[in-house]
Amino acid sequence: METAFFTTQLIPALNRGLVMSVKLIVPAGTFGLIFGIVIGTLRTYGPPAIRRVANGYAAVFRGTPLLVQLFILYFGLPNLGIYLNAYWAAVTGFILCSSAYHSEYIRGGLLSIKKGQLLAAQSMGFSTFKTMCYIIVPQAIRRALPGCSNEIIYLIKYSSLAYIITCIELTGEGKIIATRTFRYTEVFLFLGFYYLVLVTMASFMLQKLEKKYKIPGFGQA
Amino acid sequence: MLTKEATTMTQEKPILRIENISKTLGGKEILKSVSLSLKKGELKVLIGPSGAGKSTLLQCINFLLPPDSGRVWLDGVEIQNRRKRDLYAFRQQVGMIFQDFNLFDHLDALENVAIALRKVKKMRRPEARDRAMAELERVGLEDKINLYPAELSGGQKQRVSIARALAMDPKIMLLDEPTSALDPELIGEVLSVIRDLAHGGMTMILATHQIAFTRSLAHEVIFLENGIILEQGTPAELLSPDACTRSKDFCSRLDDLCEEKG
Ligand SMILES: Nc1ncnc2c1ncn2[C@@H]1O[C@H](COP(=O)(O)OP(=O)(O)OP(=O)(O)O)[C@@H](O)[C@H]1O
Ligand SMILES: [Mg+2]
Repeated sequence: METAFFTTQLIPALNRGLVMSVKLIVPAGTFGLIFGIVIGTLRTYGPPAIRRVANGYAAVFRGTPLLVQLFILYFGLPNLGIYLNAYWAAVTGFILCSSAYHSEYIRGGLLSIKKGQLLAAQSMGFSTFKTMCYIIVPQAIRRALPGCSNEIIYLIKYSSLAYIITCIELTGEGKIIATRTFRYTEVFLFLGFYYLVLVTMASFMLQKLEKKYKIPGFGQA
Repeated sequence: MLTKEATTMTQEKPILRIENISKTLGGKEILKSVSLSLKKGELKVLIGPSGAGKSTLLQCINFLLPPDSGRVWLDGVEIQNRRKRDLYAFRQQVGMIFQDFNLFDHLDALENVAIALRKVKKMRRPEARDRAMAELERVGLEDKINLYPAELSGGQKQRVSIARALAMDPKIMLLDEPTSALDPELIGEVLSVIRDLAHGGMTMILATHQIAFTRSLAHEVIFLENGIILEQGTPAELLSPDACTRSKDFCSRLDDLCEEKG
C-alpha cells in the first residue's frame, strides 16, 4: 500500500514532468548560450548603435524578474495578437533571460583576450568578422565556460517557473500530487532529488566539455 | 637605350612608399608627417628612444592604426584603406611581427600558421597544413608543430609568428622589436631567422635595438624621435665610431646600458 503511492502515482507523474522539464531545458540552454555568445560579442565589438541596443537588451532582461517576463510573454502578448502556448512562452522566456546572463560572461571572456591577437589577425588580412569567429570568440567562450555552466545550472532550477504559466513540468507535477494527497514531505523530497540528479548530470557534462576544450599549457593540468 | 632606362626605372621604383603620415593619439601628436620608401630587397632599420613612435609608425603603414593623414603605396598602387576589400588584400601582402608575438593561444603551432591560409586565402585544409609545415621547417620548428603557444619558449613563439607571416607570401615585412621581449640567450635564434630572410631578399622594416645586427645587415638606418625622422643614412654614415650623429650617441648609450647589465 505504502510503496503503491510511489510506484503508481508519484514516480510516473514525476517522470512525466521530467520529460517536460528536459524539453524546456535543452532548447533553452542551447539557444540561450548561442544567443548569449552573439549578444555578448555585439556588446563588446559591435558597431556603436548595435552595441547600445544589445546593452539595453541585457539591462532589461537582467533587470526584471523572470516571472514577470514569463507573464508578459504568456498573458501580455495575446493583447498584441501574438499567441504563444505555455510551452513556447516558457522556452522563449528562458532563452531571452539566460542569453542576457550568458552575454555578460562572454563579454568578460572577450575583454580578457589581449588586443594583440586581434591586431595579429587583422595584419594578415582577417576581416573584423572573421577575426571574431575564428580567433577571439573561440577563446572567449573557453574563458566564459565556467560562468556559462553556472548559468545553465541556474536554468535547470528556474525552469520550474514554467508551471506558473501552466506548462506542467517537474515541479508542476509534484505540486499537483502534493496538493491532492497532502503528502508534501515525500513529494518534495523526491522532487528535490530529481533536480539534484539533473544538475549533477549537467555539471558532469559541462565539466567534460570544459576539459575537452582546455588549451594545453593553460592553468593547471 | 630605351630598354636600359626601363630596367633602371623598375629598379628605382620603390615597392613601398609612405608619404606624410601623421597620427595623433590621446591629444598628442605621435607622428609628424613621416615619409619613407623601400626598394625591393631592402632592409631598413628603425631606431629611436622608447616613445619615439616606432610602433605607431609600423601600425600606421598597414592601417592597424589608421593614420590621420598621409598616403601609402604598394608597388605603385595607392592603398584606399576605406575600401575594406582593398585593405584586407593589402594587409595580406604586408607581414607583421610583434614584440610580444601575439600567437593565437587556442591553436597549436601548425594551426597558428595554417589558419590564415584557410580562412583568408581560402586554401583547403591539407594544402594549408603542408604549407604551414614547410614554413615551420624553415624556422627550425618542425618538431614543435603540435605544441600550443603556452608550451613554447619566447624564441620559439617568435619563430612561429615569423612562419605565420611568411606563409602569407608577403611582399614586405614590418618587424616591431621582435627580440625585445626575449631572454638574451633566445635572441640569437630569432635574429638568425631574420638574417636568413634578409639574405633571401625579403624587403623589411625592422624596429630594433640590436645595434650589431643593424651594422652588419641594414641598408639604411632611420632614427626616429618625437615622431620625426631626425636622421637617415647607411649604418656606416650614422653609426661609425667617429660619426657625429644623434643615432650614434643613442646607440653608444644603448651599448653602455648593455655592458652595465652584462
Ligand atoms: N592608444 C594610445 N593613446 C595615447 N597615446 C598613445 C597610444 N598608443 C601609444 N601612445 C603614445 O605614443 C607614443 C609613441 O608610442 P610607440 O609605441 O609608437 O613608441 P615606440 O617608439 O614604439 O616605443 P617603444 O620603444 O617603447 O616600443 C608614446 O608616447 C605612447 O605613450
Ligand atoms: Mg614599440
